[in-house]
Amino acid sequence: MSVVLRAQGLGKRYKQRWALRNCELDVPAGRVVGLVGPNGAGKSTLLKLASGMLTPTAGTVEVCGGRPAEGVEQLAKVGFVAQDTPTYSALSIADHLVLGRRLNPNWDDALARDRIRRLGLDPKQRAGKLSGGQRAQLALTLGIAKRPELLILDEPVAALDPLARREFMQDLMEAVAEHELSVVLSSHLVSDVERTCDYVIVLVDSQVQVADDIDDLLASHHRLTGPRRDPDKLPAGVHVITASHTDRQTTLLVRTDTAVHDPSWTVSPLGLEDVVLAYMTRPADAARDTRPALEVLR
Amino acid sequence: MIWLTWRQFRTQAAVMLAMVAALATALAVTGPQLADLHRAVGSSLVDQVPGADQSLYYTGLLVVLTVPAVIGMFWGAPLIARELETGTHYLAWNQGVTRTRWLATKLGLGAAASMTAAGLTSLAVSWWSSPIDRAVNGGGATDTYFPRLDPVAFAARGVVPMAHAAFAFVLGVALGLVIRRTLPAMATTFALYAAIQISVPMWIRSHLAAADRTILPIEPGGAPISIQDGARQIVAHLEEVPGAWVTSQQTLNAAGQPAPVPSSFADCLRTESGPPTLQQVDRCVADLGALGYKQQVTYQPAGNFWSLQWAETGLYLGLALALTGFCAWWIRRRVT
Repeated sequence: MSVVLRAQGLGKRYKQRWALRNCELDVPAGRVVGLVGPNGAGKSTLLKLASGMLTPTAGTVEVCGGRPAEGVEQLAKVGFVAQDTPTYSALSIADHLVLGRRLNPNWDDALARDRIRRLGLDPKQRAGKLSGGQRAQLALTLGIAKRPELLILDEPVAALDPLARREFMQDLMEAVAEHELSVVLSSHLVSDVERTCDYVIVLVDSQVQVADDIDDLLASHHRLTGPRRDPDKLPAGVHVITASHTDRQTTLLVRTDTAVHDPSWTVSPLGLEDVVLAYMTRPADAARDTRPALEVLR
Repeated sequence: MIWLTWRQFRTQAAVMLAMVAALATALAVTGPQLADLHRAVGSSLVDQVPGADQSLYYTGLLVVLTVPAVIGMFWGAPLIARELETGTHYLAWNQGVTRTRWLATKLGLGAAASMTAAGLTSLAVSWWSSPIDRAVNGGGATDTYFPRLDPVAFAARGVVPMAHAAFAFVLGVALGLVIRRTLPAMATTFALYAAIQISVPMWIRSHLAAADRTILPIEPGGAPISIQDGARQIVAHLEEVPGAWVTSQQTLNAAGQPAPVPSSFADCLRTESGPPTLQQVDRCVADLGALGYKQQVTYQPAGNFWSLQWAETGLYLGLALALTGFCAWWIRRRVT
């Protein structure tokens, strides 16, 4: 398995506050990775570190086998679309394509012009006059046409309405399929990730809680409902993520490798949103008990 | 990268070019007449400059003095601050060009354009003003026009405006990079540049070339003197050295030591009411001279103009280079 993004002990501190701490990640190549977490969890920081826009305070980060943004060759391997999809408002769409052509060694001009035509954008229009969705599409076009191995997108659809959001994501997926890109994109909406990604990283409070294949994640997490009881008395190999109790009933969200055979539990499957929310809401010290294979860290 | 830099810069460049061209046209139209007049009347030109040309003289002075400040504020400060403010640096820094080369291209082209703009302006103004400057240096007595070495005119003549512009530009870029917001960076650039432009003539410029020193006798009918600060200070006027820039004055006693003007001089000049008569002043000055007091004047002679120009050019270009190094370090280590 080749690794497209590897972080070891990665941390970033702004003055007194750690935006990201002790981050250990091995993101496999060829995946579409969703990075989710509440606002302020450190998603942007992690993506900026990976794209070389930030330098780490602690640890190392490696992207496509090199230090981010170190030299022209490394820059060519990684595309980065920053939050709010910035473009030069005084420059036209055509100008942006010239910019891409002149500044990137692997630039695919036919691809870029074809995309702009397909999106129905007028090349003579200034970027400042575009709608949020169109601007996001322009930024994505620049990111794809440089033909990177890895495309990093920071909240690319945060400012878009639901329709533009869906279109953008579909368009991104087509480009991924066509050009065999690895993608890491962040979102604070799990539904965006569920629709498009096959790998998820949950970042809460500047720490990675989960990083795993989405199918594996869904297969290993269940909701157990049964009469009220102490969650400590569960068989080995069953780990409680969250527990809630009413007077008569206990509901557990657990991770387990084996089937739960105890007939007093009703076992039901979970959606990605349930799993992600469980990891987001559980108390911070609970993370200590989970096994290292899930790459949950303190 | 050059294409992008030019594409982002061309509007500002065109505005500046238009302003320089307008000024140059006005100067080109009137300049030959002024030169003819100087050829005809020599140093007494200083009393015969037409009113319109007098305004143009001061306009030219003002323009050359402000061009570097304008460049620092409107070209330098927004160059990176605006990118940081709008987030477009994320777009620029993710293309196949390293951050260092991006900065080097922007700084290099910007500094070259700044020096060209300031150089052309200074060339046009220096050329137009040269008849007046020559008349002043040739001994034309005037309070209306500045000698070329005067702190006000010096920065508006010759090659130093180019160095000032390069420095102001890089200063603006550096402040924009550190402050990260366009308007505060522009204001700070202006304030800092103005402070430096005031400090250099006050404390530094006079040391950039070897000064001349002369000791003038204090006597009626000698070098004209002004009596200042309640007769506690004497300032001598170097009329026989036209175009000089006096950098310091010192009264010496009979032993040749620096000394304050004795209180007897003030006593001598005291009257019941009104100013002392001319005869009284002459008598008091003669008494002071008889006590052995002399006036030492330190000055830069007009002939030092070009050595001072090159020295100050070197100083400002050196500062600009140092700031460039700072920008390169900052953009790699701190803008993160």
